[in-house]
Amino acid sequence: MTTPSNAVPTPADHSQAVSPTRLLACSIRRELWEHRSLYIAPLAAGAVFLIGFLFYLFRLPSHMRAIHALDPMHQRAAIDEPYMMAAGLLMGTAMVVGAFYSMDALHGERRDRSILFWKSMPVSDLTTVLSKAAIPLFVLQLIAAAVAVAVMWIMFFLSSAVLLAAGASIAPSWSPLPIAQMSLLLLYHLAIVHCLWHAPFYGWMLMVSSWARRAPFLWAVLPPLAIGIVEKLVFNTSHFTGLLLYHLGGSPDPGPQSGGLMDMLGHFHPGMLLSESGLWTGLAATAVCLAVATRLRRYREPI
Amino acid sequence: MTCIEARGLRKAFGSTIALDGIDLRVEEGRILGLIGPNGAGKTTALKAILGLTPYQGELRVLGRDPWTERDQLMCDVCFMADVAVLPRWIRVSQVLDYVTGVHPRFDRAKAESFLAKTTIRHASTVRELSKGMVTQLHLALVMAIDAKLLVLDEPTLGLDILYRKQFYDSLLNDYFDRSRTIVVTTHQVEEVQHVLTDLMFIDRGRIVFGCSMEEFESRYAEVTVNPDQVTAARALKPIHERPALGRSVLLFDLTTLDKVHRQHLGAFGDVRTPNIADLFVAILGNAAGPSRGVRQ
Repeated sequence: MTTPSNAVPTPADHSQAVSPTRLLACSIRRELWEHRSLYIAPLAAGAVFLIGFLFYLFRLPSHMRAIHALDPMHQRAAIDEPYMMAAGLLMGTAMVVGAFYSMDALHGERRDRSILFWKSMPVSDLTTVLSKAAIPLFVLQLIAAAVAVAVMWIMFFLSSAVLLAAGASIAPSWSPLPIAQMSLLLLYHLAIVHCLWHAPFYGWMLMVSSWARRAPFLWAVLPPLAIGIVEKLVFNTSHFTGLLLYHLGGSPDPGPQSGGLMDMLGHFHPGMLLSESGLWTGLAATAVCLAVATRLRRYREPI
Repeated sequence: MTCIEARGLRKAFGSTIALDGIDLRVEEGRILGLIGPNGAGKTTALKAILGLTPYQGELRVLGRDPWTERDQLMCDVCFMADVAVLPRWIRVSQVLDYVTGVHPRFDRAKAESFLAKTTIRHASTVRELSKGMVTQLHLALVMAIDAKLLVLDEPTLGLDILYRKQFYDSLLNDYFDRSRTIVVTTHQVEEVQHVLTDLMFIDRGRIVFGCSMEEFESRYAEVTVNPDQVTAARALKPIHERPALGRSVLLFDLTTLDKVHRQHLGAFGDVRTPNIADLFVAILGNAAGPSRGVRQ
């Protein structure tokens, strides 16, 4: 094997002028250059949703009159609904974009041979893998949150304008809709569920993308599916599938989700969440996957 | 200072042996040409030097172990691969920004001034550039990095004559100084002949020949001989013979000739320094049969 590296610093060490954070920031910026879908897709989804919302606005005044007839609980849910849909659409978009990004991240650079260029730069494999993991875990969630909040505010102003023009009083209709609070809860939801809770999925997909020679999508999807099916056939249980759904659902306790956005978010209480063992095993699995991906990238050559 | 030092460098892909115990020592300030047929192990050797592939044996590049310290090593080493490896989606301005961001020894102004001499625009993506322009761009990046070792793997493959000429001219005039080391592999041997300071032939994972260019010039001579004198010339045991327009070109290893015979060579015809390519054919061609002239 290779000789163990000498721990004594060599004279060339003075060249380590670039800080690790700068290396990471430059690497993340480079990911955004390459994968423009990371921000184009959420923006497009938001735009499409707003176009659809314009049609909803036409019948908003009559809709509001119908809502007034409901009891307060249902009233709130009915007013929340389009906002929930906007948030849901953007979260869904972020998940799809994040999944495709993660499966391509360490595969694409080998496919187009550019890994030889990236490896000719003084950036470690760990920095590269961390920058690629940061995209679905943080950057994409922030983009989705920003677009979702912007869309919600636009919806709010458009609705208010339409109702004012129709001569309706807007104050009673909007009182149950604290948009600022909803935005914060959305961010919180994205941080907890889409970052922390979904982390093992992104870790797995990044690991597969660094490992697979071709078809990372199949390698990422089929083995978990096969394990679930084999478990069902052999033991007639579905612990594995249950575990995946439990993590994908992002909810420690998938109770009845009858209420509005606030109720849905309400049970992600920080204290309860941090005591959830599933969160920690998930994060540990993520760390293992990223460590394996880092190790694999060192051996990887163009394919 | 020694730039690259390898002892017993081995690498096998399954049962195929790519590197079969290579011993190599490249001093600072040399331009080494690594010449060999396809599949001889040139690229594998370069990959090991660059920390892109694991290996057996001992290897130190600028005092570091390339496999475990690739990222630190790349502060002082630059690399251009056989086919352009710049990502096709990246813009010229972006690649400049990126290298400025991550490389401690990159001088952006230098790269910009080199690019200004070309027709490459900052807004272009690599996809939009011709192959020659991509190489120019990569060369602009590499030349603006104050590296100690530059590794070139078939850098001019697929380029037209103008770009190839320009490439080596830039490298020699604007880049090379005695403190830098360059290792280059190429099939276009005739183009690097005047560039190299050292020469190494590699075949089937082994180094079959190595010398400095001064040694090469003083040791080997080529004589074009008329048909009537061929038999007499052959008696001096040329290491290789090839026909040329009705005459014969004989390649001699002068160290095998005594002084009288050496002076006698001129009588057969013009005595010239041979091309590296001809020596390569002589040595590798002979290596297939009885290994005359092959020095380990």
